[in-house]
Amino acid sequence: MTDLAWIDAALIGARPQALGALLRYFRDLDTAEEAYQNACLRALKSWPEKGPPRDPAAWLILVGRNAALDHTRRLKREEALPDETLVSDLSDAEADMAERLDGAHYRDDVLRLMFVCCHPELPVTQQIALALRIVSGLSVRQIARAFLVGESAMEQRITRAKARIAASGLPFEAPGAADRAERLGVVAAMIYLVFNEGYSAVGTEAAARAPLCEEAIRLARLLLRLFPAEPEVLGLTALLLLQHARAAARIDANGEFVLLEDQDRSRWNPRLIAEGLALVDKALRHRRPGPYQIQAAIAALHARARQAADTDWLEIEVLYALLETVQPSPVVTLNRSVAVSKTRGPDAALAMIEPLAVQLSGYFYYHGARGAYLLQLGRLGEARIAFDRAIALAHSPREAAHIRQHLDRLEQDSVAGG
Amino acid sequence: MLYAILCYDSEDVVGSWTKEEDDAVLAKLHVVHEKIAAEGRLGPVVRLLPTTAATTIRKGADPLVLDGPFAETKEQLLGFYVVECASLDQAIETAKDLARASSSAGSYELRPLSIFDPGGLKG
Repeated sequence: MTDLAWIDAALIGARPQALGALLRYFRDLDTAEEAYQNACLRALKSWPEKGPPRDPAAWLILVGRNAALDHTRRLKREEALPDETLVSDLSDAEADMAERLDGAHYRDDVLRLMFVCCHPELPVTQQIALALRIVSGLSVRQIARAFLVGESAMEQRITRAKARIAASGLPFEAPGAADRAERLGVVAAMIYLVFNEGYSAVGTEAAARAPLCEEAIRLARLLLRLFPAEPEVLGLTALLLLQHARAAARIDANGEFVLLEDQDRSRWNPRLIAEGLALVDKALRHRRPGPYQIQAAIAALHARARQAADTDWLEIEVLYALLETVQPSPVVTLNRSVAVSKTRGPDAALAMIEPLAVQLSGYFYYHGARGAYLLQLGRLGEARIAFDRAIALAHSPREAAHIRQHLDRLEQDSVAGG
Repeated sequence: MLYAILCYDSEDVVGSWTKEEDDAVLAKLHVVHEKIAAEGRLGPVVRLLPTTAATTIRKGADPLVLDGPFAETKEQLLGFYVVECASLDQAIETAKDLARASSSAGSYELRPLSIFDPGGLKG
């Protein structure tokens, strides 16, 4: 790796802690970002010559703070700036001091930095864009590309989001245990949304959005290092790892979704699976189940099955039943019915989802699953109606094409039978 | 004498490498591995999962199970090698070869082995 590539990686790695601390000092996002940018510029100048500091984050915090203070002083008194080399020449002892000052705040600084992006008044897409800009440090152009919008539109979106946050005031008091737990939940949800932005993309969008999955995993690992014993943060990180492990197998050469049971499992990423399984084990040991952990445990059962036929559907059904009690939703019940169709047959699965007909009447997957159960039961006319309805609700030609395969098979069967 | 070469690096930094960067580092390291292996000196090569996957057991009458690594440090133990070295000088040369290949800012700690049971595990 070249010097510059290393410096780049060090700056990215140190960003959340450094920017989080600067935000605490200056209590203003723009000032903090400017100070951080300044420190980065000085790092690019100083590190190749003097070698990287032992603690890049502490270095950036100290230099960024000094640079901003100089700037303020200069504005006030128009004094000459101190010699650049003075600030760049920080000894390790000074960096140690800065670290002692900041180490205690590290956790809350980074959590605050993530939390301010999750302001409830901000629409979800703005929360995600803001987090990618502020916490991850992606460029506006990178974010615009991932969201498939123009750069200036994204710039505006981010500027507006920041103004909204500044207007409503940032939470600077050190959070109590309850506040911290609440922030943790909000931030976890935001990270999951970032992941889904990447995960739900197909076709030509998939390549542009795939980095969002990796970024979400990086954020989840960051959060987990801050809160290593939080079962739900373990569960969230595991869930993202296990889902992302299937990335190479879940979209085919034509950009179409491949169903879990049809995926080439040799293309799953064993390293991500190993890490995900390790985290699931750690989470379950706490015996404090939550939605992320349960979903991760379900993903783990899929990951452990060498082939689709080995899947432990009984256990998956148990977990979906648990998820239903923890986080009741008709979609969870629908997912549970898939497991039930494997363990108890299409009859039981159909009976389970019939009560959802009204709630999920506009939901593509409901009619797709219902059609599949009816098909298995030999109720072909009803199956056809369900599939037709699913096609009408499909979000993409791909979803429709998938259902159409069922319909084609139906046609062939009826021709062969007739 | 057998040496363990313990690899310490900042997880934040290594974790922010892209897959391409990581692959490039591994490819360069692989060249060094092959050289040591050709000399018949290369033992186990281990890369550890991130410290977030770590669990710590504090010994005691009722051992305490804690999530996370043993110590909170700026740089973390991310992997290790076991290498046969004729002298400390050779161990240092070997570590320098590895350092040139990886060129991130971390450190290698050289620890002569006291007991080494290679075990029967296959990688």
